Amino acid sequence: MMTLSRDDIFVQMQQIIPFIKHCELLGIDVLDAGKGCLTLALPYSDEIVGNTDTGVIHGGALTTLMDTACGFAAMSALEVLQISPTLDLRIDYMCQAQPGKAVIGEAEAYRVTRSVIFTRGIAYHEGEKDQPIAHCSANFMRLDPEVVSPTESQSEK
Amino acid sequence: MDLFELIKQARENRRINEMIAAVPYAKLLGMNCLNLGEELVFILPVAESNLGNPTLPAIHGGVIGGFMENAAIFHVLGMIQTERLPKVVDFSLDYLRPGRFQDTYASCEVVRQGRKVVNVSVIAWQNRSDEPIANARTHLLL
Repeated sequence: MMTLSRDDIFVQMQQIIPFIKHCELLGIDVLDAGKGCLTLALPYSDEIVGNTDTGVIHGGALTTLMDTACGFAAMSALEVLQISPTLDLRIDYMCQAQPGKAVIGEAEAYRVTRSVIFTRGIAYHEGEKDQPIAHCSANFMRLDPEVVSPTESQSEK
Repeated sequence: MDLFELIKQARENRRINEMIAAVPYAKLLGMNCLNLGEELVFILPVAESNLGNPTLPAIHGGVIGGFMENAAIFHVLGMIQTERLPKVVDFSLDYLRPGRFQDTYASCEVVRQGRKVVNVSVIAWQNRSDEPIANARTHLLL
């Protein structure tokens, strides 16, 4: 089985993610992608504001950004892109996003086992990665491990 | 009128839908709230714009999360005399069943209310409340 190159993964992510209905609605864009890692951008918009007094975006929009980033980082960590249902997701909000600025969501799959893909990610403004807005960790199920594992064990050799 | 003033007025008769109408992101999802006596049931009507996986089709996991997060905030605003809009500190969500392309419901329970923080448990379901599609817990800063 051919392993996907970094460019292949980037192109695939660009072909899939912006066309997912809800990602399209939020304008989520792919900035960077590789095997098991993905960086997305959520543009600022008045429609995703949670507090109209301050113009700060709603945490729920960040949940979608991070769920998408972690979910597709998990998919791209496998040899063959494969739908992987989310088991759970946890987000810690450290500070509020600044009004008017896009939010970058960066995720990586840091461990892939036979059944589960473990991912983590952070959300931040460009140039302010040391001041993250949110941390996220999410785990995903691998479907049909007996089908996928022969490919994986070959590639690990 | 500023947002919190509007929310305080809406709280008097638990007019949660007025609060929802004042929050753009909640409006974007298309959610609303049903007052059943002293209970609140939040509803996320089926909408193509909330889809994640179009082939199944399934609601985006992030939308389910955002809906439940909103439900927790509006529940607290309806039930507790807060002096400002609560802030989400953390949100932890377990996905139990796929969120199918149909209406989704959520209800909340305040598990513990401290001086500064409230712990809220949220469940979301589609066909039956005893078959949840997700449950979540969150800490909100009052």
